[in-house]
Amino acid sequence: MRVTSNSEPITFRVSQRALAVLEHASAAFFVGVVITFLALPAVAIIERSIAKSSLLDAIGSADVRDSLRLSFLTTTTSLILIVIFGTPTAYVLARRRFPGRRLLDAIVDLPIVLPPAVGGLGLLMAFGRRGLLGQYLDDLGISLAFTVWAVIMAQSFVAAPFYIRTAKAGFESIDQELEAVARTLGSSPIGTFWRVSVPLARPALMAGAVMAWARALGEFGATIMFAGSLAGKTQTMPLTIYRSLETGLDVPLALATMLIGISLVVLLIFRSLFQATSV
Amino acid sequence: MKRLMLAIGTLVAVLVALAACGGSDNEQGNTSAPTPSSAVSAVAASPTPLPSGSLTVFAAGSLTETFNDMGSLLHQRYPGLNITFNFANAADLRTQMELGAKADIFASADHKQMNLAVQSGVVETESRVFARNRLVVIVPKANSAGIKTLQDLAKPGVKIVLCNADCPVGNYARQFLQKASADPSFGTDYGETVLGNLVSEETNVKQVVAKVQLDEADAGIVYSTDITPAVAGAVLKIVIPDALNLVAEYPVAITKDVANRNLAQLFTDFLLSKEGQDTLEAHGFIRAD
Repeated sequence: MRVTSNSEPITFRVSQRALAVLEHASAAFFVGVVITFLALPAVAIIERSIAKSSLLDAIGSADVRDSLRLSFLTTTTSLILIVIFGTPTAYVLARRRFPGRRLLDAIVDLPIVLPPAVGGLGLLMAFGRRGLLGQYLDDLGISLAFTVWAVIMAQSFVAAPFYIRTAKAGFESIDQELEAVARTLGSSPIGTFWRVSVPLARPALMAGAVMAWARALGEFGATIMFAGSLAGKTQTMPLTIYRSLETGLDVPLALATMLIGISLVVLLIFRSLFQATSV
Repeated sequence: MKRLMLAIGTLVAVLVALAACGGSDNEQGNTSAPTPSSAVSAVAASPTPLPSGSLTVFAAGSLTETFNDMGSLLHQRYPGLNITFNFANAADLRTQMELGAKADIFASADHKQMNLAVQSGVVETESRVFARNRLVVIVPKANSAGIKTLQDLAKPGVKIVLCNADCPVGNYARQFLQKASADPSFGTDYGETVLGNLVSEETNVKQVVAKVQLDEADAGIVYSTDITPAVAGAVLKIVIPDALNLVAEYPVAITKDVANRNLAQLFTDFLLSKEGQDTLEAHGFIRAD
């Protein structure tokens, strides 16, 4: 049967609308699955925490306070060390061209892909009492394993790449001519680095620092292997969560809720800083 | 782009439909399958067919080597029987079961965790003691801290690792320290001083052994059975006298949601059989029969 000329546009419009509906539905399906999968664990923890009235008691307990204090102390120290040593490293990796640069790049990224347990074992084999370097430190009376320094080393090991990568990208995005201009105006290379490159890359450096700090805060595997777990000395928040799961859910839920809150805030800060860089 | 989304949408719809059909197919398959296969085995095999199926055993870390041995022994005897072990500290295992982990058998290293498991309703009330164990102090072979006696554990600067207070061996170790503190030859502050030397509370007994074996810690308190042939060459043993020692009792129970009660019963019976007890004894446990 032949269709009349004025009915054709109508059927076309309907199928177009059906297409649009299907398109939206499938998009919603995929996004929905992903978001549900990623958000549900956090939502479940918060939901269970709210249901428990003992949450505040748990937050006030000595174990939780000790681990909070320790976590903030160690992650702050780790971050300071990462920034001091990581910033020049990132700059060199971003600017200089030299043989072996790719290998160096890969070494910096290694802790990101390594399981933290491998990192912990490696730290033990390197800096432990019978370790590659640790045996000489031991002769000098320096013992790192099971100390707060072991916690800081484990955190720095896993978190440093996050800072260096972001900082490197930040330095790479700077207009090199600005640095060249500074040099022609008589600024020394180090002066240029501090007065031109670092201020220009600051949003990226801040973003990298925030990510590295969050990663250090969550460090578990390398810490438990290299620093052990002792309340008040080496037991950071993630280790307290693991340890206290043996006795009940109050403390783990309280700490988990706090970590989720902190992480969300950190990520939002990261977002806004990252937007500042790209502008 | 729109085409792509449409294609993906259709694909998902088709997949969902297929999955739904497949699911019902599988259910039918599962319900109908046992009839022919059991008929075949009844004809082919003896009147009492060999036990087969899978069994999940949650066991205290100190049972690792012994249970692995028993597992392969039983698997040799009954090729259709597959036992999966989950070894960890008993408190962790109990928590895992309480949070829904599937297990058929729970073998604890102390009554405390078994009783807690009974209270929370994950295992049956009837538990049986199948083995006993004793505490021992281990030091690395190099023994750079020069630990020769139990009193030396209280020397300043000695690095001690224990299991945490909730895992059975950590609990026993603290009880030993308490007992020793009441003994005049140790002194009342012995336990406190030793705990002051603690550098790490490990999550299970095998981690304590590992830290001492690697010579990262100067001493640890573990079960005598933890000095397995694999670690015997790397550590030295300091005996804890009977008067101060504790006898750890290992209870075993079948869980409430056991998948196959006969298989679980077979395993627990084996633990208490002469053969099971011999295996336990060969690994250094004290017999319970």
